[in-house]
Amino acid sequence: MFKPMATLGSYALASLQEIGMISIFAVRGIKSCFLPPFFWREIFRQLMALGFYSLPIVGLTAIFAGMVLALQTYVGFTRFNAEGAVASVVVISITRELGPVFAGLMVAGRTSSSIAAEIGSMRVSEQIDALITLQVDPYKFLVAPRIIAGVLMVPFLVLIADIIGVMGGFLVSTTLLDFSVGSYIAQTVKNMEMIDVISGLVKAAFFGLSVACFGCYHGFHCDLGARGVGNATTSAVVSSCIGILVLNYLLTALFFGI
Amino acid sequence: MSKIIFDCVRKSFPGGLEVLKGVSLSVKGGESHIILGQSGCGKSVFLKCLLGIMAIDSGDIRVDDLSVKDRLRSGEYMRKFSILFQGNALFDSMTIIENVEFGIGQAKKNISKCRDMAAEKLLAVGLEPRVFDLYPSEISGGMQKRAAMARAIAVEPEILLFDEPTSGLDPVTGGVICHLLRDTVKNLGVTSLTITHDLKVAAFLSDRVSVLNQGDIVWTGHASTMKKCGNEFVEHFYHASSAIGEDRTT
Ligand SMILES: Nc1ncnc2c1ncn2[C@@H]1O[C@H](COP(=O)(O)OP(=O)(O)OP(=O)(O)O)[C@@H](O)[C@H]1O
Ligand SMILES: [Mg+2]
Repeated sequence: MFKPMATLGSYALASLQEIGMISIFAVRGIKSCFLPPFFWREIFRQLMALGFYSLPIVGLTAIFAGMVLALQTYVGFTRFNAEGAVASVVVISITRELGPVFAGLMVAGRTSSSIAAEIGSMRVSEQIDALITLQVDPYKFLVAPRIIAGVLMVPFLVLIADIIGVMGGFLVSTTLLDFSVGSYIAQTVKNMEMIDVISGLVKAAFFGLSVACFGCYHGFHCDLGARGVGNATTSAVVSSCIGILVLNYLLTALFFGI
Repeated sequence: MSKIIFDCVRKSFPGGLEVLKGVSLSVKGGESHIILGQSGCGKSVFLKCLLGIMAIDSGDIRVDDLSVKDRLRSGEYMRKFSILFQGNALFDSMTIIENVEFGIGQAKKNISKCRDMAAEKLLAVGLEPRVFDLYPSEISGGMQKRAAMARAIAVEPEILLFDEPTSGLDPVTGGVICHLLRDTVKNLGVTSLTITHDLKVAAFLSDRVSVLNQGDIVWTGHASTMKKCGNEFVEHFYHASSAIGEDRTT
Protein backbone atom coordinates (compact mmCIF):
# COMPACT_ATOMS: atom_id res chain seq x y z
CA MET A 1 0.00 0.00 0.00
CA PHE A 2 2.87 2.35 0.79
CA LYS A 3 4.88 1.34 -2.21
CA PRO A 4 3.24 3.67 -4.77
CA MET A 5 3.60 6.58 -2.39
CA ALA A 6 7.26 5.81 -1.83
CA THR A 7 7.87 5.63 -5.57
CA LEU A 8 6.06 8.89 -6.09
CA GLY A 9 8.02 10.50 -3.31
CA SER A 10 11.36 9.36 -4.62
CA TYR A 11 10.38 10.62 -8.09
CA ALA A 12 9.53 14.00 -6.64
CA LEU A 13 12.82 14.15 -4.77
CA ALA A 14 14.76 13.10 -7.84
CA SER A 15 13.05 15.78 -9.92
CA LEU A 16 13.87 18.44 -7.35
CA GLN A 17 17.46 17.31 -7.29
CA GLU A 18 17.57 17.43 -11.09
CA ILE A 19 16.18 20.96 -11.13
CA GLY A 20 18.83 22.01 -8.64
CA MET A 21 21.58 20.43 -10.69
CA ILE A 22 20.36 22.04 -13.90
CA SER A 23 20.23 25.43 -12.19
CA ILE A 24 23.79 25.11 -10.95
CA PHE A 25 24.84 23.95 -14.40
CA ALA A 26 23.09 26.88 -16.08
CA VAL A 27 24.62 29.44 -13.72
CA ARG A 28 28.07 28.02 -14.32
CA GLY A 29 27.45 27.98 -18.07
CA ILE A 30 26.22 31.58 -18.14
CA LYS A 31 29.17 32.70 -16.03
CA SER A 32 31.58 31.12 -18.47
CA CYS A 33 30.05 33.16 -21.32
CA PHE A 34 31.59 36.28 -19.80
CA LEU A 35 35.01 35.01 -18.83
CA PRO A 36 37.93 34.61 -21.23
CA PRO A 37 39.24 32.71 -23.08
CA PHE A 38 36.61 32.89 -25.81
CA PHE A 39 36.56 30.24 -28.48
CA TRP A 40 35.45 32.39 -31.39
CA ARG A 41 35.47 29.60 -33.90
CA GLU A 42 33.19 27.47 -31.77
CA ILE A 43 30.91 30.43 -31.16
CA PHE A 44 30.66 31.08 -34.87
CA ARG A 45 30.04 27.41 -35.58
CA GLN A 46 27.21 27.33 -33.07
CA LEU A 47 25.71 30.58 -34.34
CA MET A 48 25.52 28.99 -37.76
CA ALA A 49 24.27 25.60 -36.55
CA LEU A 50 21.61 26.97 -34.24
CA GLY A 51 20.60 30.09 -36.12
CA PHE A 52 21.23 29.93 -39.80
CA TYR A 53 20.44 26.28 -40.34
CA SER A 54 17.21 26.58 -38.38
CA LEU A 55 15.90 29.26 -40.73
CA PRO A 56 14.11 26.95 -43.18
CA ILE A 57 12.24 24.98 -40.56
CA VAL A 58 11.31 28.07 -38.55
CA GLY A 59 10.20 29.90 -41.71
CA LEU A 60 8.08 26.96 -42.79
CA THR A 61 6.45 26.66 -39.39
CA ALA A 62 5.77 30.39 -39.26
CA ILE A 63 4.19 30.68 -42.68
CA PHE A 64 1.78 27.82 -42.02
CA ALA A 65 1.00 29.13 -38.55
CA GLY A 66 0.14 32.52 -40.05
CA MET A 67 -1.93 30.98 -42.81
CA VAL A 68 -3.97 28.71 -40.57
CA LEU A 69 -4.43 31.48 -38.07
CA ALA A 70 -5.96 33.74 -40.74
CA LEU A 71 -8.28 30.97 -41.86
CA GLN A 72 -9.40 30.02 -38.36
CA THR A 73 -9.94 33.55 -37.23
CA TYR A 74 -11.91 34.30 -40.34
CA VAL A 75 -14.15 31.27 -39.88
CA GLY A 76 -14.62 31.96 -36.19
CA PHE A 77 -15.13 35.69 -36.48
CA THR A 78 -17.70 35.55 -39.29
CA ARG A 79 -20.02 33.95 -36.74
CA PHE A 80 -20.34 37.29 -35.03
CA ASN A 81 -19.59 39.47 -38.01
CA ALA A 82 -16.14 40.48 -36.83
CA GLU A 83 -14.17 39.16 -39.78
CA GLY A 84 -12.66 42.61 -40.27
CA ALA A 85 -10.42 41.94 -37.27
CA VAL A 86 -8.48 39.13 -38.96
CA ALA A 87 -5.44 41.28 -39.69
CA SER A 88 -5.21 42.54 -36.11
CA VAL A 89 -5.63 39.07 -34.63
CA VAL A 90 -2.95 37.67 -36.91
CA VAL A 91 -0.36 40.32 -36.15
CA ILE A 92 -1.00 40.35 -32.42
CA SER A 93 -1.05 36.56 -31.99
CA ILE A 94 1.99 36.02 -34.13
CA THR A 95 4.21 38.63 -32.52
CA ARG A 96 3.12 38.01 -28.96
CA GLU A 97 2.71 34.30 -28.85
CA LEU A 98 2.89 32.09 -31.88
CA GLY A 99 6.13 33.39 -33.38
CA PRO A 100 8.22 32.97 -30.22
CA VAL A 101 6.65 29.71 -29.06
CA PHE A 102 6.62 27.97 -32.43
CA ALA A 103 10.12 29.08 -33.29
CA GLY A 104 11.31 28.14 -29.80
CA LEU A 105 9.76 24.69 -29.98
CA MET A 106 11.13 24.05 -33.44
CA VAL A 107 14.62 25.09 -32.36
CA ALA A 108 14.23 22.93 -29.25
CA GLY A 109 13.35 19.91 -31.36
CA ARG A 110 16.05 20.52 -33.88
CA THR A 111 18.90 21.89 -31.83
CA SER A 112 18.69 20.73 -28.24
CA SER A 113 18.68 17.16 -29.51
CA SER A 114 21.75 17.71 -31.64
CA ILE A 115 23.52 19.55 -28.82
CA ALA A 116 22.82 16.67 -26.44
CA ALA A 117 23.88 14.08 -29.00
CA GLU A 118 27.10 15.88 -29.87
CA ILE A 119 28.18 16.56 -26.31
CA GLY A 120 26.97 13.14 -25.20
CA SER A 121 29.08 11.36 -27.77
CA MET A 122 32.02 13.58 -26.84
CA ARG A 123 31.55 12.39 -23.27
CA VAL A 124 31.33 8.76 -24.36
CA SER A 125 34.39 8.94 -26.60
CA GLU A 126 36.48 10.66 -23.90
CA GLN A 127 36.73 13.92 -25.84
CA ILE A 128 35.60 15.87 -22.79
CA ASP A 129 38.33 14.16 -20.77
CA ALA A 130 40.76 15.12 -23.53
CA LEU A 131 39.66 18.75 -23.25
CA ILE A 132 40.31 18.67 -19.52
CA THR A 133 43.78 17.23 -20.00
CA LEU A 134 44.52 20.02 -22.49
CA GLN A 135 43.39 22.40 -19.74
CA VAL A 136 40.43 23.62 -21.68
CA ASP A 137 37.40 24.29 -19.51
CA PRO A 138 34.59 22.27 -21.14
CA TYR A 139 32.11 24.88 -19.94
CA LYS A 140 33.93 27.56 -21.90
CA PHE A 141 34.55 25.43 -24.95
CA LEU A 142 31.25 23.57 -25.18
CA VAL A 143 28.57 25.23 -23.07
CA ALA A 144 29.31 28.95 -23.46
CA PRO A 145 29.27 29.01 -27.30
CA ARG A 146 25.94 27.20 -27.34
CA ILE A 147 24.38 29.48 -24.76
CA ILE A 148 25.62 32.54 -26.65
CA ALA A 149 24.26 31.13 -29.89
CA GLY A 150 20.90 30.31 -28.30
CA VAL A 151 20.45 33.69 -26.65
CA LEU A 152 21.42 35.61 -29.78
CA MET A 153 19.98 33.49 -32.53
CA VAL A 154 16.56 32.47 -31.23
CA PRO A 155 15.41 36.14 -31.05
CA PHE A 156 16.72 36.58 -34.57
CA LEU A 157 14.79 33.52 -35.70
CA VAL A 158 11.68 34.78 -33.94
CA LEU A 159 11.95 38.12 -35.72
CA ILE A 160 12.05 36.27 -39.02
CA ALA A 161 9.18 34.05 -37.89
CA ASP A 162 7.13 37.14 -37.01
CA ILE A 163 7.63 38.61 -40.45
CA ILE A 164 6.97 35.38 -42.30
CA GLY A 165 3.97 34.51 -40.10
CA VAL A 166 2.32 37.85 -40.76
CA MET A 167 3.07 37.37 -44.45
CA GLY A 168 1.34 33.98 -44.32
CA GLY A 169 -1.79 35.53 -42.87
CA PHE A 170 -1.61 38.27 -45.46
CA LEU A 171 -1.32 35.80 -48.32
CA VAL A 172 -4.33 33.74 -47.24
CA SER A 173 -6.43 36.78 -46.46
CA THR A 174 -5.78 38.58 -49.71
CA THR A 175 -5.95 35.57 -52.03
CA LEU A 176 -8.49 33.17 -50.50
CA LEU A 177 -10.56 35.48 -48.31
CA ASP A 178 -11.35 38.60 -50.25
CA PHE A 179 -9.50 41.22 -48.20
CA SER A 180 -8.06 44.14 -50.07
CA VAL A 181 -4.29 44.43 -49.98
CA GLY A 182 -4.30 48.05 -48.90
CA SER A 183 -6.69 47.76 -45.99
CA TYR A 184 -5.09 44.54 -44.70
CA ILE A 185 -1.68 46.18 -44.60
CA ALA A 186 -3.08 49.32 -43.04
CA GLN A 187 -4.80 47.34 -40.32
CA THR A 188 -1.70 45.25 -39.66
CA VAL A 189 0.47 48.32 -39.28
CA LYS A 190 -2.07 50.01 -37.05
CA ASN A 191 -2.24 47.06 -34.67
CA MET A 192 1.41 46.21 -34.52
CA GLU A 193 2.71 47.33 -31.14
CA MET A 194 6.38 47.58 -30.39
CA ILE A 195 5.90 46.09 -26.92
CA ASP A 196 4.41 42.94 -28.47
CA VAL A 197 7.37 42.43 -30.74
CA ILE A 198 9.92 43.21 -28.06
CA SER A 199 8.30 41.00 -25.44
CA GLY A 200 8.38 38.20 -28.01
CA LEU A 201 12.08 38.73 -28.63
CA VAL A 202 12.91 38.82 -24.93
CA LYS A 203 11.02 35.60 -24.44
CA ALA A 204 12.94 34.16 -27.35
CA ALA A 205 16.25 34.91 -25.68
CA PHE A 206 15.11 32.92 -22.66
CA PHE A 207 13.91 30.11 -24.91
CA GLY A 208 17.34 30.03 -26.50
CA LEU A 209 18.88 29.78 -23.06
CA SER A 210 16.55 26.92 -22.21
CA VAL A 211 17.40 25.03 -25.40
CA ALA A 212 21.15 25.43 -24.93
CA CYS A 213 21.19 24.65 -21.21
CA PHE A 214 19.02 21.55 -21.38
CA GLY A 215 20.86 20.27 -24.43
CA CYS A 216 24.27 20.75 -22.85
CA TYR A 217 23.18 19.46 -19.45
CA HIS A 218 21.81 16.20 -20.79
CA GLY A 219 24.80 15.75 -23.06
CA PHE A 220 27.20 16.30 -20.19
CA HIS A 221 25.42 13.90 -17.90
CA CYS A 222 24.77 11.21 -20.43
CA ASP A 223 25.30 7.56 -19.53
CA LEU A 224 28.05 5.80 -21.39
CA GLY A 225 27.19 3.99 -24.60
CA ALA A 226 24.93 4.61 -27.56
CA ARG A 227 21.80 4.10 -25.49
CA GLY A 228 22.96 6.76 -23.07
CA VAL A 229 23.30 9.22 -25.92
CA GLY A 230 19.86 8.28 -27.22
CA ASN A 231 18.28 8.84 -23.81
CA ALA A 232 20.12 12.12 -23.44
CA THR A 233 18.71 13.47 -26.71
CA THR A 234 15.19 12.47 -25.76
CA SER A 235 15.47 14.08 -22.33
CA ALA A 236 16.98 17.19 -23.85
CA VAL A 237 14.09 17.71 -26.26
CA VAL A 238 11.39 16.95 -23.71
CA SER A 239 12.85 19.11 -20.98
CA SER A 240 13.72 22.05 -23.21
CA CYS A 241 10.18 22.06 -24.66
CA ILE A 242 8.69 22.00 -21.18
CA GLY A 243 11.15 24.69 -20.16
CA ILE A 244 9.99 26.86 -23.05
CA LEU A 245 6.30 26.46 -22.20
CA VAL A 246 6.85 27.22 -18.51
CA LEU A 247 9.09 30.19 -19.24
CA ASN A 248 6.55 31.41 -21.78
CA TYR A 249 3.83 31.54 -19.17
CA LEU A 250 6.01 33.15 -16.51
CA LEU A 251 7.41 35.79 -18.85
CA THR A 252 4.02 36.62 -20.32
CA ALA A 253 2.58 37.08 -16.85
CA LEU A 254 5.54 39.26 -15.96
CA PHE A 255 5.37 41.40 -19.10
CA PHE A 256 1.73 42.14 -19.04
CA GLY A 257 1.63 42.57 -15.32
CA ILE A 258 -0.93 39.92 -14.54
CA MET B 1 63.72 10.43 -7.07
CA SER B 2 60.06 9.46 -7.47
CA LYS B 3 58.08 11.46 -9.94
CA ILE B 4 54.68 9.85 -9.51
CA ILE B 5 53.58 8.26 -6.25
CA PHE B 6 50.38 6.30 -5.76
CA ASP B 7 49.70 5.94 -2.09
CA CYS B 8 47.11 3.31 -1.23
CA VAL B 9 44.62 4.53 -3.84
CA ARG B 10 41.10 3.19 -3.71
CA LYS B 11 38.42 3.69 -6.32
CA SER B 12 35.00 2.14 -6.52
CA PHE B 13 31.94 2.75 -8.64
CA PRO B 14 28.31 3.01 -7.61
CA GLY B 15 26.96 -0.48 -7.35
CA GLY B 16 29.79 -1.67 -5.18
CA LEU B 17 32.36 -2.47 -7.85
CA GLU B 18 35.75 -1.76 -6.30
CA VAL B 19 38.23 -1.37 -9.14
CA LEU B 20 41.33 -0.15 -7.31
CA LYS B 21 41.83 -1.67 -3.89
CA GLY B 22 44.66 0.27 -2.35
CA VAL B 23 47.15 0.62 -5.20
CA SER B 24 50.61 1.81 -4.23
CA LEU B 25 53.23 2.50 -6.87
CA SER B 26 56.11 4.82 -7.45
CA VAL B 27 57.46 5.84 -10.83
CA LYS B 28 60.91 7.42 -11.04
CA GLY B 29 61.62 10.57 -13.01
CA GLY B 30 62.75 9.83 -16.58
CA GLU B 31 61.60 6.24 -16.31
CA SER B 32 59.53 4.41 -18.86
CA HIS B 33 57.07 2.43 -16.82
CA ILE B 34 54.60 -0.14 -18.07
CA ILE B 35 51.34 -1.23 -16.51
CA LEU B 36 50.27 -4.71 -17.57
CA GLY B 37 46.97 -6.30 -16.76
CA GLN B 38 44.00 -8.22 -18.02
CA SER B 39 41.20 -6.56 -19.87
CA GLY B 40 38.79 -4.87 -17.48
CA CYS B 41 41.11 -4.94 -14.48
CA GLY B 42 41.02 -1.18 -14.14
CA LYS B 43 44.01 0.09 -16.12
CA SER B 44 42.15 2.94 -17.78
CA VAL B 45 40.53 3.83 -14.48
CA PHE B 46 44.01 3.91 -12.98
CA LEU B 47 45.13 6.51 -15.53
CA LYS B 48 41.99 8.59 -15.12
CA CYS B 49 42.53 8.67 -11.38
CA LEU B 50 46.07 9.85 -11.98
CA LEU B 51 44.76 12.66 -14.17
CA GLY B 52 42.13 13.55 -11.62
CA ILE B 53 39.36 13.05 -14.17
CA MET B 54 37.96 10.43 -11.82
CA ALA B 55 37.95 11.29 -8.14
CA ILE B 56 39.62 8.73 -5.90
CA ASP B 57 37.84 7.49 -2.80
CA SER B 58 40.83 7.44 -0.49
CA GLY B 59 44.61 7.51 -0.57
CA ASP B 60 46.63 10.07 -2.48
CA ILE B 61 48.39 10.50 -5.78
CA ARG B 62 51.34 12.88 -5.90
CA VAL B 63 53.33 14.16 -8.83
CA ASP B 64 56.48 15.96 -7.75
CA ASP B 65 55.10 17.86 -4.79
CA LEU B 66 51.59 18.30 -6.09
CA SER B 67 48.66 16.21 -5.00
CA VAL B 68 45.90 15.21 -7.40
CA LYS B 69 43.54 16.83 -4.93
CA ASP B 70 45.03 20.23 -5.80
CA ARG B 71 44.30 19.75 -9.47
CA LEU B 72 41.32 22.05 -9.51
CA ARG B 73 43.12 24.80 -7.64
CA SER B 74 45.92 25.29 -10.12
CA GLY B 75 46.59 24.28 -13.68
CA GLU B 76 50.10 23.25 -12.77
CA TYR B 77 49.21 19.64 -12.00
CA MET B 78 47.51 19.04 -15.31
CA ARG B 79 50.20 20.85 -17.29
CA LYS B 80 52.60 18.07 -16.43
CA PHE B 81 50.62 15.49 -18.38
CA SER B 82 49.71 14.56 -21.84
CA ILE B 83 47.76 11.45 -22.65
CA LEU B 84 46.91 9.20 -25.53
CA PHE B 85 43.44 7.89 -24.70
CA GLN B 86 42.49 4.31 -25.45
CA GLY B 87 39.74 5.54 -27.77
CA ASN B 88 41.94 8.29 -29.25
CA ALA B 89 39.49 11.04 -28.24
CA LEU B 90 40.20 13.21 -31.28
CA PHE B 91 37.82 16.14 -31.54
CA ASP B 92 35.23 15.36 -34.22
CA SER B 93 34.62 18.97 -35.06
CA MET B 94 38.24 19.62 -36.03
CA THR B 95 40.41 18.31 -38.81
CA ILE B 96 43.43 16.17 -37.98
CA ILE B 97 45.88 19.04 -38.15
CA GLU B 98 43.57 21.31 -36.20
CA ASN B 99 43.40 18.71 -33.45
CA VAL B 100 47.16 18.79 -33.01
CA GLU B 101 47.28 22.56 -33.45
CA PHE B 102 44.60 23.00 -30.80
CA GLY B 103 46.63 20.91 -28.36
CA ILE B 104 49.77 22.95 -28.97
CA GLY B 105 47.85 26.21 -28.84
CA GLN B 106 46.39 25.39 -25.44
CA ALA B 107 49.66 24.23 -23.95
CA LYS B 108 51.82 27.08 -25.21
CA LYS B 109 49.67 30.13 -25.41
CA ASN B 110 51.92 32.45 -27.36
CA ILE B 111 53.34 30.44 -30.14
CA SER B 112 52.98 31.59 -33.70
CA LYS B 113 53.96 28.54 -35.64
CA CYS B 114 51.43 26.08 -34.24
CA ARG B 115 50.48 24.83 -37.65
CA ASP B 116 54.05 24.12 -38.76
CA MET B 117 54.73 22.34 -35.49
CA ALA B 118 51.55 20.32 -35.86
CA ALA B 119 52.44 19.31 -39.39
CA GLU B 120 55.91 18.32 -38.26
CA LYS B 121 54.51 16.08 -35.50
CA LEU B 122 52.01 14.50 -37.86
CA LEU B 123 54.77 13.71 -40.34
CA ALA B 124 56.81 12.26 -37.48
CA VAL B 125 54.10 9.74 -36.67
CA GLY B 126 53.98 8.77 -40.32
CA LEU B 127 50.82 10.49 -41.51
CA GLU B 128 50.79 11.84 -45.03
CA PRO B 129 49.92 15.49 -45.71
CA ARG B 130 46.93 14.18 -47.66
CA VAL B 131 45.05 13.38 -44.46
CA PHE B 132 45.90 16.58 -42.57
CA ASP B 133 42.72 18.32 -43.60
CA LEU B 134 40.39 15.37 -43.18
CA TYR B 135 38.14 14.91 -40.17
CA PRO B 136 38.76 12.06 -37.70
CA SER B 137 35.71 10.19 -38.97
CA GLU B 138 37.20 10.14 -42.46
CA ILE B 139 40.39 8.27 -41.62
CA SER B 140 41.07 4.74 -40.43
CA GLY B 141 41.39 3.71 -36.80
CA GLY B 142 45.14 3.25 -37.10
CA MET B 143 45.54 6.71 -38.60
CA GLN B 144 43.43 8.15 -35.82
CA LYS B 145 45.69 6.51 -33.28
CA ARG B 146 48.71 8.09 -34.90
CA ALA B 147 47.04 11.48 -35.00
CA ALA B 148 46.15 11.18 -31.33
CA MET B 149 49.73 10.19 -30.64
CA ALA B 150 50.92 13.29 -32.49
CA ARG B 151 48.61 15.45 -30.38
CA ALA B 152 49.90 13.85 -27.20
CA ILE B 153 53.60 14.27 -27.93
CA ALA B 154 53.24 17.70 -29.53
CA VAL B 155 52.67 19.49 -26.24
CA GLU B 156 55.99 18.22 -24.84
CA PRO B 157 54.89 17.58 -21.26
CA GLU B 158 56.87 16.18 -18.35
CA ILE B 159 54.86 12.99 -18.19
CA LEU B 160 53.43 11.08 -21.13
CA LEU B 161 50.61 8.62 -20.56
CA PHE B 162 49.72 6.07 -23.18
CA ASP B 163 46.63 3.89 -22.92
CA GLU B 164 47.10 0.93 -25.25
CA PRO B 165 49.23 2.76 -27.84
CA THR B 166 49.54 -0.20 -30.18
CA SER B 167 46.17 -1.88 -29.96
CA GLY B 168 44.32 -1.97 -33.26
CA LEU B 169 47.44 -1.35 -35.31
CA ASP B 170 49.17 -3.63 -37.79
CA PRO B 171 52.60 -4.92 -36.66
CA VAL B 172 54.48 -2.49 -38.91
CA THR B 173 52.65 0.59 -37.67
CA GLY B 174 52.71 -0.76 -34.14
CA GLY B 175 56.48 -1.05 -34.44
CA VAL B 176 56.76 2.48 -35.78
CA ILE B 177 54.68 3.78 -32.90
CA CYS B 178 56.78 1.85 -30.40
CA HIS B 179 60.00 3.27 -31.76
CA LEU B 180 58.48 6.71 -31.84
CA LEU B 181 57.39 6.33 -28.26
CA ARG B 182 60.79 5.23 -27.12
CA ASP B 183 62.56 7.97 -29.05
CA THR B 184 60.22 10.65 -27.81
CA VAL B 185 60.63 9.55 -24.25
CA LYS B 186 64.41 9.44 -24.66
CA ASN B 187 64.76 12.73 -26.56
CA LEU B 188 62.49 14.75 -24.35
CA GLY B 189 63.74 13.09 -21.20
CA VAL B 190 60.19 12.66 -20.05
CA THR B 191 58.66 10.15 -17.70
CA SER B 192 56.23 7.81 -19.38
CA LEU B 193 53.56 5.49 -18.13
CA THR B 194 52.26 3.08 -20.72
CA ILE B 195 49.37 0.69 -20.49
CA THR B 196 49.49 -2.37 -22.64
CA HIS B 197 48.78 -6.05 -22.61
CA ASP B 198 51.40 -6.80 -25.24
CA LEU B 199 54.48 -8.28 -23.59
CA LYS B 200 56.71 -7.51 -26.57
CA VAL B 201 55.80 -3.87 -26.38
CA ALA B 202 56.40 -3.97 -22.65
CA ALA B 203 59.83 -5.53 -23.07
CA PHE B 204 60.77 -3.08 -25.81
CA LEU B 205 59.69 0.08 -24.04
CA SER B 206 60.09 -0.46 -20.41
CA ASP B 207 62.54 0.11 -17.70
CA ARG B 208 60.10 -1.44 -15.28
CA VAL B 209 56.82 -3.28 -15.47
CA SER B 210 54.02 -3.32 -12.92
CA VAL B 211 51.29 -5.89 -13.11
CA LEU B 212 47.81 -4.92 -12.05
CA ASN B 213 45.49 -7.70 -10.98
CA GLN B 214 42.24 -7.64 -9.05
CA GLY B 215 42.63 -4.06 -8.00
CA ASP B 216 46.19 -4.13 -6.83
CA ILE B 217 49.74 -4.05 -8.16
CA VAL B 218 50.87 -7.63 -7.65
CA TRP B 219 54.39 -7.36 -9.00
CA THR B 220 56.91 -4.76 -10.16
CA GLY B 221 60.18 -5.53 -11.87
CA HIS B 222 62.02 -5.68 -15.17
CA ALA B 223 60.23 -7.30 -18.08
CA SER B 224 63.01 -9.84 -18.57
CA THR B 225 62.54 -11.21 -15.05
CA MET B 226 58.80 -11.73 -15.43
CA LYS B 227 59.14 -15.29 -16.55
CA LYS B 228 60.50 -16.54 -13.24
CA CYS B 229 59.37 -13.94 -10.77
CA GLY B 230 57.68 -16.27 -8.34
CA ASN B 231 54.27 -14.67 -8.61
CA GLU B 232 51.74 -17.14 -9.90
CA PHE B 233 49.51 -14.65 -11.74
CA VAL B 234 52.42 -12.86 -13.42
CA GLU B 235 53.95 -16.13 -14.62
CA HIS B 236 50.56 -17.28 -15.84
CA PHE B 237 50.14 -13.98 -17.71
CA TYR B 238 53.60 -14.36 -19.22
CA HIS B 239 53.11 -17.93 -20.38
CA ALA B 240 49.63 -17.27 -21.72
CA SER B 241 50.90 -14.47 -23.94
CA SER B 242 53.92 -16.37 -25.16
CA ALA B 243 51.76 -19.42 -25.85
CA ILE B 244 49.66 -17.33 -28.23
CA GLY B 245 52.87 -16.09 -29.80
CA GLU B 246 54.00 -19.68 -30.44
CA ASP B 247 50.67 -20.68 -31.92
CA ARG B 248 50.87 -17.81 -34.34
CA THR B 249 54.34 -18.62 -35.59
CA THR B 250 53.69 -22.30 -36.16
N1 LIG C 1 32.50 5.30 -15.51
C1 LIG C 1 32.39 4.07 -15.02
N2 LIG C 1 31.31 3.73 -14.30
C2 LIG C 1 31.19 2.50 -13.77
N3 LIG C 1 32.10 1.53 -13.94
C3 LIG C 1 33.19 1.79 -14.65
C4 LIG C 1 33.40 3.08 -15.24
N4 LIG C 1 34.59 3.06 -15.90
C5 LIG C 1 35.07 1.81 -15.73
N5 LIG C 1 34.26 1.05 -14.98
C6 LIG C 1 34.49 -0.33 -14.59
O1 LIG C 1 35.81 -0.44 -14.12
C7 LIG C 1 36.39 -1.66 -14.54
C8 LIG C 1 37.74 -1.37 -15.17
O2 LIG C 1 37.58 -0.65 -16.36
P1 LIG C 1 38.80 -0.15 -17.24
O3 LIG C 1 38.25 0.60 -18.38
O4 LIG C 1 39.78 0.54 -16.37
O5 LIG C 1 39.44 -1.51 -17.75
P2 LIG C 1 40.82 -1.71 -18.52
O6 LIG C 1 41.74 -2.39 -17.59
O7 LIG C 1 41.27 -0.44 -19.09
O8 LIG C 1 40.41 -2.73 -19.65
P3 LIG C 1 40.84 -2.77 -21.20
O9 LIG C 1 42.14 -3.42 -21.27
O10 LIG C 1 39.76 -3.59 -21.82
O11 LIG C 1 40.84 -1.35 -21.67
C9 LIG C 1 35.42 -2.31 -15.49
O12 LIG C 1 34.84 -3.40 -14.82
C10 LIG C 1 34.38 -1.26 -15.76
O13 LIG C 1 33.12 -1.85 -15.82
MG1 LIG D 1 41.37 0.42 -20.86
